[in-house]
Amino acid sequence: MSVSVHPASTPAWKNYLYQVGKLSWPWRITLGYLTVMLILPVSALILKASTESPINFWRIATTPVALATYDVTFVTSLIAAAINGVFGFLIAWVLVRYDFPLKRFVEAAIDLPFALPTSVAGLTLATVYSENGWIGSLLAPLGIKVAFTRLGVGVAMLFISLPFVVRTLQPVMQQMEKEIEEASWSLGASQWQTFWRVVLPPLMPALLTGVALGFARAVGEYGSVVIVASNVPFKDLIASVLIIQRLEQYDYSGATVIGVVLLGISLLILLAINLIQAWGRRYEL
Amino acid sequence: MNSNLAGHSLQPNFQDSPSSSSKEKRTWVKVVLIVVAIAYLSLILFIPAVNVFVQAFKQGVGPFLNNLTEPHFVHAVNLTLLIALIVVPVNTIFGLCAAWVIARNQFRGRTFLISLLDIPFAVSPVVAGLMIVLLYGRNGWFGPLLQAVNIKILFATPAMVLASSFITLPFVAREVIPVLEEAGSEQEEAAKTLGANDWQVFWRVTLPNISWGLLYGVILTNARVMGEFGAVSVVSGNIAGKTQTLPLFVEEAYKQYQTQAAFSAAVLLAGLAFVTLVLKEILERKTKIKEVE
Repeated sequence: MSVSVHPASTPAWKNYLYQVGKLSWPWRITLGYLTVMLILPVSALILKASTESPINFWRIATTPVALATYDVTFVTSLIAAAINGVFGFLIAWVLVRYDFPLKRFVEAAIDLPFALPTSVAGLTLATVYSENGWIGSLLAPLGIKVAFTRLGVGVAMLFISLPFVVRTLQPVMQQMEKEIEEASWSLGASQWQTFWRVVLPPLMPALLTGVALGFARAVGEYGSVVIVASNVPFKDLIASVLIIQRLEQYDYSGATVIGVVLLGISLLILLAINLIQAWGRRYEL
Repeated sequence: MNSNLAGHSLQPNFQDSPSSSSKEKRTWVKVVLIVVAIAYLSLILFIPAVNVFVQAFKQGVGPFLNNLTEPHFVHAVNLTLLIALIVVPVNTIFGLCAAWVIARNQFRGRTFLISLLDIPFAVSPVVAGLMIVLLYGRNGWFGPLLQAVNIKILFATPAMVLASSFITLPFVAREVIPVLEEAGSEQEEAAKTLGANDWQVFWRVTLPNISWGLLYGVILTNARVMGEFGAVSVVSGNIAGKTQTLPLFVEEAYKQYQTQAAFSAAVLLAGLAFVTLVLKEILERKTKIKEVE
């Protein structure tokens, strides 16, 4: 990688091997395992995709079916993440600031979507929100169908991305000093002004991080969505399910191209999260 | 409320200002906010969670127990346990090594290594499964080689182990790194200067310091391995009684309109989730108490 100035006396690869030979066991296990388990699979995906010509890649990546799945996946994820941004903020606020019966129970239950297997989540959401389910039957007379529609996809994404906002906001809210708010009130600011000008700005980086984490999780979600949706193209088919359908038709190129698109977008979100966190740290100083 | 009072008692100057009407308004806001939060959580979280148990026991305990002795179900449980038994120890050893490398060393590419570790968090499980298909499938990189030596990886247990390992790769390292950083390396260095070898330092000094964080990471890994659905479903082939784990059994039964069987299996997985949450609460409290001390 580095174009070293060292002359031919010791070739770079020999030097490298020598360095590897000197490593201790934790290093060897870490690098070896990462190579086999992570770098190799990711390279296989990327190299397989790069065997397509760019024109072909673009053609496969932008077929009408693929575009429709991006729409369902990304737009629905974004909406779900935004809704959870609002309600997650509210829940974190209530948990940090107020006392109420069963608070400890609610506090612990927030993490349920982390612990509950996605197929169980999909199964129960599909049942509860189906036309004769507990909530679905209340919505049916209003003409709202949730299970097996795009709305159901949204509900599943709400479920699995809920904890991210709450869990990233809570510690920051706990550190926030209440005196600043009280000072703002005593200086005559209304509650609304206090919220917008005093409370919200320092929480912004954490809120954005939480929303981005939830968005990333919703984009990649498969198990709960595949059960709660009808998986019909142009209606509620998500990108992950399209990959599986392509694989089932032995269309490896199709699956790979869409997989790379998903991977690329996930990595972009990851990068955005790191940038937001760096911005948040600067805010602290 | 209580913390509010404590804050005021420290600063008596604030005491006189809030009039009774604004105080009333504030309790009113408080009640509305709590009600909205609980209502939202009920719609998305609580009602679906309760539904799992109600559906499973709708026809009483008899049919539920019948479902639990069905051969395909028993096989799914065994396979799920076997995969966890392989993946959890392997990922724990890797996680410990990676955490030590990252927390105890400064080197070029350290940030890159941390980002690399995060990839399984960001990648869709289906894409993770796809990667394994591209490596070990018949048309994959190792496909011809594996066929020549007659080893079956894809659509068999090895691929399911690989997929589960990929998905849970970062969990242990992610939990251990901060604990290791906070503990510092002074004690380890002291032990070394007193003549302890590397193993002794690890067993007697490092491990006791990180034990709660490590346990937490192991529990999260286990929960995710036993509950993983997406990645495993891509590489397993999903044959009942052969390559079907518990989460796959849930989906299959639901698709076959065997709702009762699906919910019976779901109860088992939900139970696993609740045990995980309870242990998580306990461990979080343990690590917090340690921080305060």
